Amino acid sequence: MRAPSLRTRLASRGFDGTTLLVLPGLAVMLGLFIYPFFYGLADSLMPKEGVWYANYANFFSDPFQYRTIAATLWLAIPVTIVNLAFAVPIAFRVRLMTRQRLLTTILVLPITLGTVFVADGLLTFLGPQGWFNRVMILVGLFDGPVKLTNNYWGVFASLVITGFPFAFLLTLSYVTGIDPAIEQAAATLGASPRQRFMRVFLPLLVPGLAVTFCLAFVQAFAVFPSAVLLGSPAGSTRVISIAAYQAAFEQYDHSLGSAIAMIMGAVELVIVLLVLGSRSLFYRGPTGGTKG
Amino acid sequence: MIRDQGLLSKIWRFAVWAVAGLFILNLLGVIAAVIVNSFATRWLGTWLPLGLTTKWYFSAWKEFQLSSVVLVTFQVVFAVVIISGLLGVTTAYALARRDFPGKRIVVLLFLLPLLIPPLTYGIPLATVLYQLGLGGSFWGVVLINLVPSLPFVVLVMIPFIEQIDPRIEAAARVFGAGTGSLFLRILLPLLLPGMLAALLLVLVRTIAMFELTFLVAGPTSQTLVVSLYYAVFASGVRAGQSIDAMAVIYMVTTLFWLVLALQFVNPSQIVARAKQQPAS
Repeated sequence: MRAPSLRTRLASRGFDGTTLLVLPGLAVMLGLFIYPFFYGLADSLMPKEGVWYANYANFFSDPFQYRTIAATLWLAIPVTIVNLAFAVPIAFRVRLMTRQRLLTTILVLPITLGTVFVADGLLTFLGPQGWFNRVMILVGLFDGPVKLTNNYWGVFASLVITGFPFAFLLTLSYVTGIDPAIEQAAATLGASPRQRFMRVFLPLLVPGLAVTFCLAFVQAFAVFPSAVLLGSPAGSTRVISIAAYQAAFEQYDHSLGSAIAMIMGAVELVIVLLVLGSRSLFYRGPTGGTKG
Repeated sequence: MIRDQGLLSKIWRFAVWAVAGLFILNLLGVIAAVIVNSFATRWLGTWLPLGLTTKWYFSAWKEFQLSSVVLVTFQVVFAVVIISGLLGVTTAYALARRDFPGKRIVVLLFLLPLLIPPLTYGIPLATVLYQLGLGGSFWGVVLINLVPSLPFVVLVMIPFIEQIDPRIEAAARVFGAGTGSLFLRILLPLLLPGMLAALLLVLVRTIAMFELTFLVAGPTSQTLVVSLYYAVFASGVRAGQSIDAMAVIYMVTTLFWLVLALQFVNPSQIVARAKQQPAS
């Protein structure tokens, strides 16, 4: 009896002609994503002058540079928490609506228009003579025009305008994925709305909310155009992406630029891993109501 | 469906809707501010502008050389859509149909670009492209835009292909279909709705993709959103109405494709692969 051919043995492990279709896409990702990443990592370890870690040492010894990490987190974390805190109750209401499409279509607008357009609109809308200040003065909440652009709050507003719909739509897709029969069962057994939320929905939602938090955080953490246009890019909203961009394309030091990009990715991954790690402390299991 | 009738529930319900309403009001206010300003003759210190005019559209079209910018935008976007569509669908097909050692790593590789800030991989990639002489060129912009759009197509198409019964392909084989006719006459018609949805979503996302295009775009390879950024960045040089007229032109090009995309997909699919269940 002959041993099976190499072809048969490979096919039994999942390698055949169809598997090879993965190669073109894989090659593009290796060439445009993996290779540049290692190139950047190596580049960041070959500074213009000084020892191999000079870029990183410079970054962490210059307050103008290392404070960008705090400035970015100081924007991204509160914005993500606010967006998620509003997204959950609103998603719980909207889940009961039968015609959600108009609402979701309006909310998808700022995501598709992008941060540059939103920043341009907010410059007029939040400006000293803009509609927001005028309405606030009219209803008596502000005494005079309040400066809301070219500072922290301008960037905050732009991140809420683009980030809230994102967090909301993701949360909505998780919330509608929970079988309504579970809630009906809890209500039949006499659970109040608060109990149903705290003891039934929340535990089921926590894994999805952790993922939503991460994706919303990644967006807020990467803030760049609105921090330049709506913030004070030399002051309170000098976020880490501005530092990386300036190093690479204004001082033409691609080595330092790559180093800051690596630091940026590392800080972001640490937070994402912390959030996803804490997910395992909660219930993980099916959210459907049927048996088996 | 359960309705609670207590007073606290009513207050809570009202508060939630009020917050949602205020958000939408502000959102529409931001968009309306841009549109109104683009038609304004003069708008300083009043609720509404003094008069309306369309002259800013003509001046913006000339000042920002929008005819060439719009042309470049569409060339870039369609190149990205076609390349990521071809590569993405073939890759997704292999990943959906075969289970092979190392598949998890390959899938992770396609997930990573969506989890990492664009500037983190954009800056090293832009450096590589500049050293290859592609910086500032048309193909540089296309290549850098493939990094987020190819994984997006793959991740949207995998579940779509998985739900097509493999026995249909087997049956076609039994009746003597070759690989070519199997693909053209069986797979393509079945895959078309999903491909159309995925590609329209990529199209909308690429028009609005600022960060990556900005890193490699040169004077002749700028897309609309990058030109808009430069115009807002240097505001004061030109009339604000002219910049807003350009913003409206950008908005119309984006919304045209968004409306088209929404014929095929649910709005929440723009952010996630939603498994929608009808709420009962």
